[in-house]
Amino acid sequence: MSETPDDRPDNPPGPGRFVADHVIDLPRSGIRDFFEIVAKMDDVISLGIGEPDFVTPWHIREAAIFALEKGKTYYTSNLGLIELRRAINRYVEKHFSLSYRPDDEILVTVGVSEALDLALRAIVNPGDGVMFHQPCYVSYSPSISLAHGVGIPVETSVEDDFALDPDRLAAAWKPGCKVLVLNMPCNPTGGVTPRDRLERIARFVVEKNLLVISDEIYSELTYDGVHCSIATLPGMRDRTIFLHGFSKAFAMTGFRIGYACGPQVLIEAMMKVHQYSMMCAPILSQEAALEALNHGEDDVIRMKEQYLRRRNLLARRLREAGLGCHTPGGSFYLFPEVGSTGMDDQAFAVELLKEEKVAVVPGRAFGPGGHGFVRCSYATAYDRLIEAADRIERFVARRNP
Amino acid sequence: MTPRSHRPLSLRLAKDRKTLNNRPVMNDVLKLLLSGEPLDRDQMAQVLGVDQVAIEAQLEELRESGVLLGWRPVLNPEAEEDAIVRAVIEVRITPERGGGFDRLAVRIGKFDEVESCYLMSGGYDLLVFVKGTSLQKVAGFVSERLSTIEGVISTATHFVLRAYKEQGYLINHPESDGGRLPVTP
Repeated sequence: MSETPDDRPDNPPGPGRFVADHVIDLPRSGIRDFFEIVAKMDDVISLGIGEPDFVTPWHIREAAIFALEKGKTYYTSNLGLIELRRAINRYVEKHFSLSYRPDDEILVTVGVSEALDLALRAIVNPGDGVMFHQPCYVSYSPSISLAHGVGIPVETSVEDDFALDPDRLAAAWKPGCKVLVLNMPCNPTGGVTPRDRLERIARFVVEKNLLVISDEIYSELTYDGVHCSIATLPGMRDRTIFLHGFSKAFAMTGFRIGYACGPQVLIEAMMKVHQYSMMCAPILSQEAALEALNHGEDDVIRMKEQYLRRRNLLARRLREAGLGCHTPGGSFYLFPEVGSTGMDDQAFAVELLKEEKVAVVPGRAFGPGGHGFVRCSYATAYDRLIEAADRIERFVARRNP
Repeated sequence: MTPRSHRPLSLRLAKDRKTLNNRPVMNDVLKLLLSGEPLDRDQMAQVLGVDQVAIEAQLEELRESGVLLGWRPVLNPEAEEDAIVRAVIEVRITPERGGGFDRLAVRIGKFDEVESCYLMSGGYDLLVFVKGTSLQKVAGFVSERLSTIEGVISTATHFVLRAYKEQGYLINHPESDGGRLPVTP
């Protein structure tokens, strides 16, 4: 603290000079930029929406209303309602073959976003290396920076269906690496990592003494094969923080509710940060989440069936339109290649929006590995999806006569 | 989900039971149709990741087995032209030796005014949904046609005043998603 803000030579004038250096250094979100353009236009069919198009099932909303009627407007334990933590344990036991003590190994958070932030802040010392696969969710790299870690991206590629390649992971490793962040199925690629590769990754993690933060928010939306959590593999439970939530599977994005499970000391460390910054997740959302776990599994199956059909439809239509498009194993995104049109992803997205009023997200918003790809969300009603596919087909045909 | 257990009478009567009970009737096309999406055959094929021939085969199977009775749009009763009058009639009938309730139920079901006809447990036997162009016509149907059938012991008619939900669709109360941001991470 030897310098006052005004002493720094390259300071912006005005109140901007008070902003911390590492925040100034954070890049603007590419999604944000694109949103500004789309928000000014009318009649756009958006395939840029990173959330379910379903409204939260009524019985879940009704449970939140009932909680409000009963006057549940107070704080909960920092860790979250004990009934909810018990239900979370039953759920992860049933679906992931994982077991955590509700008393001290489960922390209810404000979405997986908070859980990821807490995990990084609780684990990372300044300068620690944090490995993550790219293209990836927009917040990973900034969250690592905000925790004063050093992000080490590992590319995943379309030839691999965007699975994480253990060899590339090993090649990217360097001394000082402490954490590996995984997100499978992946936003934006829809990539999943098959079990045999995950086993190799787990062996590597043990060998290099890494901790894994595994964001499995899209796990219910796995279409081909069975989702496998890395925490279930030999030696991994004690070195994995498992993150999950309700936004995608139960269509509860606006409730902002998620959770972290892991060894007691790690959850305790995260809880320390959480109790001073957030205190607890909103009680109404916790009540809704409890209802979702107790009675919402049919909803998950119903929505998953819909997503699967839409994936098939849009992937086929995009391929017929002439775009290279792998069929992702999970999530609700397609990540087609647009190079065949002679445009890069940014130009493709901007021109498509201008000419045909369809919004897709340029792949570069998800890291350098996303160049040349666009993210198309198929969490959209059929008629809109079909209309969007027609328009994309027209647009591509004009480029490749 | 076992579609057999709560299939309405009208549907069960449509085909001999042997066929229905011995066949697996829930196929992918049926699931898709039940989701209510207005897709054509080509789109169905794209959605299910198969070719059109497979779609036709499954549709044929549905017709063959008597599961799929027909195609009708779901209309908003509140918006129907002129006054369509709907009523629900509880009918008590005398079961017959050898045939139980079936013969009379089918006989009642054959009237054009009857939309649906179910055998019920409880205080009455048949629940009959009827539709007519005026109150008088529906009343006339009940008093002149239905209640005069031999074996019908009594009827209790309830007229529908207003529809709030029709075959799974909420009426005049759409879920708003207008606030959803067009681009999100």
